[in-house]
Amino acid sequence: MNYFEHVGKYFIMLKQVFKKPQKWSVFKEMLFREIEDLGLKSLGIVMFISFFVGGVVAIQTALSVDNPFIPKYLIGFATKRSVILEFAPTFMSVILAGKVGSYITSSIGTMRVTEQIDALEVMGINSLNYLVLPKIIAVLFFYPLLILLAMFLGIYGGYVAGIMTDLFFSEDYIYGVQLDFNPYFIKYALIKTLVFAFAIATIPSYHGYYVKGGSLEVGRASTQAVVWTSIVIILMNYFLTQMLLG
Amino acid sequence: MIVVENIYKEFNGQQVLKGISTTFEKGKTNMIIGQSGSGKTVLLKCLLGLHTPEKGFISFDGRKNTELSIKDHRQLRQEIGMVFQGGALYDSLTIEENIMFPLKMFTDQTFRAMRDRVNFVLNRVNLEGVNKKFPAQLSGGMQKRVAIARAIVMNPKYLFCDEPNSGLDPNTATVIDNLIQEITKEYDIITVINSHDMNSVMEIGEKIIFLKNGVQAWEGSNSEIFKTENEAIINFVYSSNLFKKVREAYLNEKK
Repeated sequence: MNYFEHVGKYFIMLKQVFKKPQKWSVFKEMLFREIEDLGLKSLGIVMFISFFVGGVVAIQTALSVDNPFIPKYLIGFATKRSVILEFAPTFMSVILAGKVGSYITSSIGTMRVTEQIDALEVMGINSLNYLVLPKIIAVLFFYPLLILLAMFLGIYGGYVAGIMTDLFFSEDYIYGVQLDFNPYFIKYALIKTLVFAFAIATIPSYHGYYVKGGSLEVGRASTQAVVWTSIVIILMNYFLTQMLLG
Repeated sequence: MIVVENIYKEFNGQQVLKGISTTFEKGKTNMIIGQSGSGKTVLLKCLLGLHTPEKGFISFDGRKNTELSIKDHRQLRQEIGMVFQGGALYDSLTIEENIMFPLKMFTDQTFRAMRDRVNFVLNRVNLEGVNKKFPAQLSGGMQKRVAIARAIVMNPKYLFCDEPNSGLDPNTATVIDNLIQEITKEYDIITVINSHDMNSVMEIGEKIIFLKNGVQAWEGSNSEIFKTENEAIINFVYSSNLFKKVREAYLNEKK
């Protein structure tokens, strides 16, 4: 099957996904379950990575700024910019594509190869709507919160790194963080997050739903899903940056 | 009654079903048998509406699949219970939640009423104390019984089973066979079983359809299977020495 066929099949899948849920109470139950599986269970990794990467960005900037004519507050400024514009929305999304994407593909793929999806269809349930729509809503609702948390912890990680290493003063760092703050950057980051979140929920779902074979194929589909979701995120990042900041 | 009328199904240019016509009657355990690749799973999936035949139709008590609206299709599917080969129980749900799932999806019953119904069907399949367990915590035979309980929880008119006793020991397989037959009689439903287990065929096959290379090669009952002279079914059913001897003994006794 060529790439165009996959793209076409993906959009046909979306048409089935975006239908009215057959029973709202069941949909709500699924939604809360997905918020827990896809969102809350990612909190730990997001907090850990963003805190330490923020620290590393601040240390590396501090080590690069050895010219006495360059003000030290630029460390805070640069850390803030990198974390808000790129690290939190884009790289955190790539990390989530790996963690959550592989989970989505393997869980739906396993349902496919063990006939659990057939069981839903036989009952007269729109399996795509039942399985994928709650995932989309859950990530669209929860990922912006995760990314905002990643932004805060990344910047805070830089601040803690300054205190721990004595490479810069915390007052300079805070001044740099506050300097020339543009709220539009947050908006830009959240718009990107929503687009990436949609990709993280739907591309792995596509790979899992249409998997054929057994557990080996489910594993392969998970890998493919992570690769393609990451590619889409990186490409969309480029185009969105052009559109929103260019 | 389910009427299958001249259905054809192909995949990638390869004809899998070639003009199958038959009927499945109420209160009977109907069996589809045949070698691997003979088309029996495809026929079952056509009956379930998971595959659409290119030609012909399937009629469920006068409702032709080709003439049903999406809403009617959905209604029809709610009248179908299905026992999949591997059980197809939802791994992330407990046994109670698995069986309750169709009730939650299609009825407005209270939780207490649904739980009572779950307990009733679990009791019917001789399972107790498993409500809060997950499918992975049960044996293969118990999972099959849970699958049967889920299939009958909505009081279906039609029960389909895909190799319900594959992977089970002979004792448990007989228990499952008898359970399916009892339920068929008790609820007066149409049961269609896809199987290549000859013990099941002999035990509960009230009507048997033998498929060979997508063609219906023989049709009859488990008593007729001993007497038939049809070479295709003789080669299939009596491929083992044990069954050959059983047949010889049966025919000698008749003489």
